Amino acid sequence: MNCLEFAEKLQLTPLCEKDGNIEIEGVYIGDLLSIVMAKAKKNYAWITIQTHINIVAVAELLELACIIVVENMEVDNDTLLKARELKIPIFKTSESAYQVACRMAELGVK
Amino acid sequence: MADSLLKRYTYDVMANDFMAAGKSSSAIKSNLKSLGIDSDILRRIAIISYEAELNIVIHSFGGKLHCDIYENKIVIISEDAGPGIEDVDLAMKEGYSTASDSVRELGFGAGMGLPNIKKYSDHLEINSSSTGTKIVATINL
Ligand SMILES: Nc1ncnc2c1ncn2[C@@H]1O[C@H](COP(=O)(O)OP(=O)(O)O)[C@@H](O)[C@H]1O
Ligand SMILES: [Mg+2]
Repeated sequence: MNCLEFAEKLQLTPLCEKDGNIEIEGVYIGDLLSIVMAKAKKNYAWITIQTHINIVAVAELLELACIIVVENMEVDNDTLLKARELKIPIFKTSESAYQVACRMAELGVK
Repeated sequence: MADSLLKRYTYDVMANDFMAAGKSSSAIKSNLKSLGIDSDILRRIAIISYEAELNIVIHSFGGKLHCDIYENKIVIISEDAGPGIEDVDLAMKEGYSTASDSVRELGFGAGMGLPNIKKYSDHLEINSSSTGTKIVATINL
């Protein structure tokens, strides 16, 4: 399933939808960038509470499918501008990382 | 010849410039990608260059990131203008970080940068004094 279909099923709010048609191949949850860098892989969805501009750099370098910001964290405007420039989809939700992860698992992402 | 430098890419990295942080690593990655470097190697290089770049941004007065391409290896070099790493052995320990609370809140400062650079390179040299830190990470092709 691609990011946009996912976002719709999970009722995530799209903040940047560019290139949202990438198939999600895995999920990583984390807020420490060095650990995400080492663990998340290409076409993974990244669930985090980080909203700072550098999340886009991490997603770009790892070629992640999308970033899902949880717990209703306010995403910086700089982050969104950068995400649109680099075509990194970002979605937002008031749910927790665990809730999102469970629903992703139910939808078949392993 | 296997050990002659084929190409060098160099990027300036500014201290505290979080807006641009990661840009040099991205540029290195796309250059190497266009050369047809294997995706596993690209991933390792991305981790190494990102961590080295971010260390210049967070911990140094500014510096440069180089990517040297040889026939049989890629070498990522970071050099900065100080203040240096006080105790390199300690800095290499997983979880050791002197990053400030404000930087930690943004997700930096896990203390995994240098350990990850070591883990993902085939050879690592670190030289540091108060006038600067130089990191040379080699990835064999
Ligand atoms: N280029 C550098 N200049 C000065 N100190 C550095 C540099 N790189 C790393 N350090 C020191 O080494 C520590 C460990 O680095 P690292 O493993 O990347 O963790 P982190 O960056 O998360 O703190 C840093 O907290 C800092 O004290
Ligand atoms: Mg670091």
